[in-house]
Amino acid sequence: MAVVLKEKISQFVEKRRPVFEDWKHTLYLWRRTKLATIGTVIVLIFVAIAIISPFIVPYNPLGQNMNQRLQPPSFQHFFGTDQFGRDIFSRVISGAMIEVEIILIVSVISGGIGLILGVLAGYFGKVVDEILMRATDMFLAFPGLILAMAFAAMLGPSLVNTIIAISLVGWTVFARLARAEAMRVKNQPYIEAVTALGASKKRIITFHVIPMCISPVLVQLTLRMGTVILTAASLGFLGLGVRPPLPEWGAMVSDGRSFLLDQWWISTFPGIAIAIVVLGFNLLGDGLRDIMDPRLRR
Amino acid sequence: MKLGSYIVKRSLLMLLVMFGVLAIVFAIVHVIPADPVGALLGGNAPPAVVDRIKTQLGLNKPLFDQFVDYLWGVVHGNLGTSLQSGRAVAQDIMEYFPVTLQLSVMAILISIFLGIFLGVFSAVYRNKWIDHFSRIFSILGVSMPVFWTGLILLLVFYYILGWLPGTGQLSLFVIPPDRITGMILFDSLITGNWAALWDGLRHIILPATVLGYSATASIARITRASMLDVLTQDYIRTAKAKGLSKSIVIYRHALKNALIPVVTVIGLTFGGLLEGAVLTETVFGLPGLGRYIVNALLVLDYPAIMGGTLFIALIYSLVNLGVDLIYATLDPRMRT
Repeated sequence: MAVVLKEKISQFVEKRRPVFEDWKHTLYLWRRTKLATIGTVIVLIFVAIAIISPFIVPYNPLGQNMNQRLQPPSFQHFFGTDQFGRDIFSRVISGAMIEVEIILIVSVISGGIGLILGVLAGYFGKVVDEILMRATDMFLAFPGLILAMAFAAMLGPSLVNTIIAISLVGWTVFARLARAEAMRVKNQPYIEAVTALGASKKRIITFHVIPMCISPVLVQLTLRMGTVILTAASLGFLGLGVRPPLPEWGAMVSDGRSFLLDQWWISTFPGIAIAIVVLGFNLLGDGLRDIMDPRLRR
Repeated sequence: MKLGSYIVKRSLLMLLVMFGVLAIVFAIVHVIPADPVGALLGGNAPPAVVDRIKTQLGLNKPLFDQFVDYLWGVVHGNLGTSLQSGRAVAQDIMEYFPVTLQLSVMAILISIFLGIFLGVFSAVYRNKWIDHFSRIFSILGVSMPVFWTGLILLLVFYYILGWLPGTGQLSLFVIPPDRITGMILFDSLITGNWAALWDGLRHIILPATVLGYSATASIARITRASMLDVLTQDYIRTAKAKGLSKSIVIYRHALKNALIPVVTVIGLTFGGLLEGAVLTETVFGLPGLGRYIVNALLVLDYPAIMGGTLFIALIYSLVNLGVDLIYATLDPRMRT
């Protein structure tokens, strides 16, 4: 039993070897692209902070303390306190978790919808394809934020609805990518071989087409994560997204707006947090584009 | 495909897309369970009043009939009446849109200038620290939330330094120009109202810079890539070998040819500015279309939401269509 298993594993590894080597090459290119390295480090720190945020916040991010309201930054409160005496440092730190949550769920939903619809359109072609492409045209006719605003406002402002609104707007890009990839894949000889072996359409699509379409969609998801954060923050800022008291960064900037002139720290620190994290994602994305575009690799 | 038939095909396609856009906007507003009448009257209105208002607005007709009514109106240029202002939505849009247009034009000028400048520098000093710096600088622009950058600049330049005026389009003591296009700078320029022109310019510097800076990165990126392409070509080497100065080679010979792909990106960026305009207008208190839509969304003024969103989508699609047509003219391979 164990021997068979071992043999299977080694066969599997053998089959995968070119893929691993490709990764090695990509890793090499990535290390040579300085901006991408900086971006990756920022993103990793951001995710790490989000994960450990419940253990490192010095104060309860939702805890009000009226004796300590509107305190400027100090050693007790690194980023100062807001109009309810909440510690802004703690709120910014725990806000990271909210942003990670938004990014992950939006990526899963919009990437998933896009992948499935795109693959179906690309594989079946004809009418299915035509309908899907016209639908994406219609969604792409709006500036993304405006459509997300309309969805969010009509669903009512909340964390869940922010996620739904951004996902509903974002899926089109992934659908187009997956469609193009599926169209390329479906004419490959190995698909013909599987068909000749008698595999059903469902099986071909699930096990032979979709896996081939995942990686371009994943790359594109990474490229768009910065935009997702900005959209969520913009919705929060406009009062159409995540509601107080949840420490979403955009909503926090909006909270501090009326105090900006005398208590600048309330709006400033959450804004810096957004800028740094989005910068990380964008640097990473820019580097990824460089790596994928051979003309720019030189 | 001939250019003429390509234009016809694309325009027909756009009509279809606009129909779909209208359906999406209608669906968002009518299918999702928000209660515009409740929002209009408050929660405690007696049912009889709610019923009467609903009848007045046509909200208790079957959904399909409402859709046909709305479509009929839109085709005739009637976007309904705003619940909030009580005026025709089309009239509102005509009043608010010039502000957005003026802001976007100023912003795109700034981002073209910044983007090409940074892109050329990046390409010429590729992989040197100037390249890294200018790339990080332009990427920082798309990364900073527009609404936050706006607030910080207001804090610094208006409140702390006092160099520039605060929110709004004009100072209170300045007599506004006669309304011709609705774009204050343009109107004061052609009516010769120099005081208003100067004051308007001082008011628009901050919002236009914020918005333009946010759109710089894509222009800088494509300029860099395109310059890198051009700079390795033979005629550039010839020009250098002839002993021409570096700046003449870069600006006269290379940049001119490198700008072709940049033009299309500028078009696409312009569409994207409409998004940023929503936030910029909110922060700087400019009475533009973006702020109109945000206000409508916050009070569920649904005719204004539908009309405003539809109009923005139309402008956005027209810009994209224009970009495609320019591209098709330049590059016949794109006409598929």
